[in-house]
Amino acid sequence: MNEKQYIDLCREHRELLERNSAACLNRGREEAAEWLECHGLPTRRHESYLYCPLMEEMGRDYGVNVARVKFPVNPHDVFKCNVPGIHANVYFIVNDQFYANSHPELGGGAVFCSMKTAEERFPEIVGCYAGRLTDDREDAFVAMNRMLAQDGYFLYVPKGVKVELPVQVVNIMRSDVDYMATAHNLIVVEEGAEVTALVCDHTIDRVSFFANRMTEAYVGHGAHLRYYTMESSHDTMNNLNQLYVKQEGDSEFTMCTVGLHNGKTRNYTEVYLDGEGAAATLGGMLISDGAQHSENQTLIYHNAPRCTSNELFKYILDEQSEGVFAGRTIVKEGAQKTVAQQTNRNICLTREAHMWAKPQLEIYADDVKCGHGATTGQLDEQAMFYMRTRGIGETEARMLLLMAFTADVIDLVEFEALRERIRALVEKRLRGEAAHCEGCRTVR
Amino acid sequence: MKQDKEKDKKKEDEELIHSVTNRDYEYGFTTDIETDTIPAGLSEEVVRMISAKKGEPQWLLDFRLKAYRHWLTLEMPRWAHLDIPEIDYQAITYYAAPRKNAPKSMDEVDPELLRTFDKLGIPLEERKALSGMAVDAVMDSVSVKTTFRETLAEKGIIFCSISEAMKDHPDLVQKYLGSVVPHTDNYFAALNSAVFSDGSFVYIPKGVRCPMELSTYFRINAMGTGQFERTLIVADDDSYVSYLEGCTAPQRDENQLHAAIVEIVVMNRAEVKYSTVQNWYPGDKEGKGGIYNFVTKRAVCRGDNSKISWTQVETGSAITWKYPSCVLMGDNSVGEFYSVAVTNNYQQADTGTKMIHLGRNTRSRIISKGISAGRSQNSYRGLVKVAPKAENARNFSQCDSLLMGDKCGAHTFPYMDIKNETAIVEHEATTSKISEDQLFYCAQRGIGTEDAVGLIIGGYAKEVINNLPMEFAVEAQKLLAVSLEGSVG
Repeated sequence: MNEKQYIDLCREHRELLERNSAACLNRGREEAAEWLECHGLPTRRHESYLYCPLMEEMGRDYGVNVARVKFPVNPHDVFKCNVPGIHANVYFIVNDQFYANSHPELGGGAVFCSMKTAEERFPEIVGCYAGRLTDDREDAFVAMNRMLAQDGYFLYVPKGVKVELPVQVVNIMRSDVDYMATAHNLIVVEEGAEVTALVCDHTIDRVSFFANRMTEAYVGHGAHLRYYTMESSHDTMNNLNQLYVKQEGDSEFTMCTVGLHNGKTRNYTEVYLDGEGAAATLGGMLISDGAQHSENQTLIYHNAPRCTSNELFKYILDEQSEGVFAGRTIVKEGAQKTVAQQTNRNICLTREAHMWAKPQLEIYADDVKCGHGATTGQLDEQAMFYMRTRGIGETEARMLLLMAFTADVIDLVEFEALRERIRALVEKRLRGEAAHCEGCRTVR
Repeated sequence: MKQDKEKDKKKEDEELIHSVTNRDYEYGFTTDIETDTIPAGLSEEVVRMISAKKGEPQWLLDFRLKAYRHWLTLEMPRWAHLDIPEIDYQAITYYAAPRKNAPKSMDEVDPELLRTFDKLGIPLEERKALSGMAVDAVMDSVSVKTTFRETLAEKGIIFCSISEAMKDHPDLVQKYLGSVVPHTDNYFAALNSAVFSDGSFVYIPKGVRCPMELSTYFRINAMGTGQFERTLIVADDDSYVSYLEGCTAPQRDENQLHAAIVEIVVMNRAEVKYSTVQNWYPGDKEGKGGIYNFVTKRAVCRGDNSKISWTQVETGSAITWKYPSCVLMGDNSVGEFYSVAVTNNYQQADTGTKMIHLGRNTRSRIISKGISAGRSQNSYRGLVKVAPKAENARNFSQCDSLLMGDKCGAHTFPYMDIKNETAIVEHEATTSKISEDQLFYCAQRGIGTEDAVGLIIGGYAKEVINNLPMEFAVEAQKLLAVSLEGSVG
């Protein structure tokens, strides 16, 4: 494992690294480097990384853009998101750099900008929140992120403001050599505010990428954050997304992850239900084939009474792809009247596909309703037969069943237009066609 | 008025809890019997001494030494959801035996010993033949008496202590010992393989259906000892056997280690049913003392169309840590696991099963019911693995947890590892407390809270208890009642 080269890089180019960073991300670099030096990268013997191939992918010699040289690219040229009916505030992030385009104001004082800008405009908010959920975390990839992250996006919605248009963040990976992108993002949704974020991951070059993105989200009292992600990248993309969410009382958090095409992806989501009556909904749908690896790890803490969490993850695995679902719900002492549900359903289409599921419950309170269910199987033979007897061809019948299988996850998306678009993309994907929008020049 | 009523109810509840938590462990007596022990501590010397005491052949000594040397290279695993205090392996006595060894007839058995087993309600004496069960009783480290041996011998069934089997049937023992659980399997398996002192051996020949239940009762008596027994069951083609295991221990302040191994080999079309009612001393209300029950149990369905069924009722032990497993090698083989695990006070349990599907058309079923009360922690951990060649494997798992009181914990850690697309694997789990609605319904029908709880628990555990042989089912139900009734608060 060569975490060493990154530790050295962090130390040798410290001055350059810090000069080009948001100041709040500079503290803790050495601390993280020391931690990583002492513990190293995890191996597959580590419970949380049992089936994770990302450590092996770290062995490659990725370039790191410490000096923050701008990549010559016009995102508007390569990426045109023409979802009919969606008017979104679109922002581009090329590798890990903010691409100055759209206006940062979202109305009502809500803002979307880079951490660097945010630090100047909202020093107290950044100072109050940045790193609170991630600083004392003992995890090698968090340490990597703390060592190397120089910037990230900042989404802020002040008290009571409801942002109407969704915020669309388009991550574009562009490089001529193998490249590692590291970002630390911050979302703050204050009391009673509401916002929808849609994060899309794309690659436009055929080199190997490693993305290590860490996002902290704070959802205030009675606020609502909708966070949808969609990945449509290529085989040599290694994508690590770590999302940490802290929810106050009566707040809502809805997440939906759609994986259409990816290399090796690990989505790690950790939710703290800290206030009474908070609700979290986590959904995910992953379609993979080839040698793809799709992994979702979730950890939900029920720290207060009367909170609700609902998880629904579905996988369709074709060819030699691997799917991993590990969900863990912890109901703390005193978190009475908790309702927690975990569901994981998987379809393996070939013999070589491999599904690995680990839904876990840890409960320390007695007045709770918790359940989990996991199934792995194939398409229902009888349903197929029924449709064949009605004159529906085999391919079409299969499509119908697979679309039905994915329907309830897609339904978690609360925007009609977006839902329709995702549905269309999923259908295209299942039919084996490239799943990206017309006008888009991203490669798979 | 309403307040008064609530107060009354609260008081009533408190009394109920009090009456339950103060219920004593029935089997906490010790027996004053002369014991032959060796000095505490573990070394190669001790391993050789145990082997010499038992007059073992060279291959067995080699087996032990190999295991001991392997154990030295291992570290105690820490991954379980358990809080295990440091165990001092040098403070344990690895061999303790009632001095009067190997009685030839009933008259020669130490009367004190007989009284012990009488107190436990074990039909050791043959006059209790009516209960129709053949018993092998293991006290501390040594098997003291096996009943009904002659009747069984007529059918060609071998049922004896494993030390006797080593002398009388060395080829069988050598062939199967360690074939299911090798000494390299895990930390405690290595330890057991090095120092095991006795246990039961069962061999059912081809085509024989064992006419009675076979049973072993384990009893830890001596102080400062650990119990390390080994059970080996071999069911040859077309045979059937139902085997029971029960355990108790005296009430002591110290923690005692029980690290056993159970190995079962099931050949073509054979069936083995293995039932356990585990009632080791669980420690007192403050969590002091009690047995550490760290057992490796595994069955291999070697033959086609074979079947293994585990049923366990776990009520005792300070810490229970075991996963009775089924390796389904033969085509069409079936594995079943039924479990009720009850924890109260400061008990901890991390138990479940592993179903490893290797053969074609293999089926497995897991029903696990956890009940936690007091300040206990109860975890289900299970693995369902379908190998790439295991066509049409089918698994159904259900693991429910019931919580009584707000200081206890119930956890579920199922692992599913599917490598074949024809597999159908289902897992379901729920966690809840006894619902107010159910209690209210019972109250409406004139059933008091305590009885209602008993009734609901009984119904909750029924699916498992139903799989126990008759005699055990009664005992298990009583045990459940002792452990829990009325602890709803």
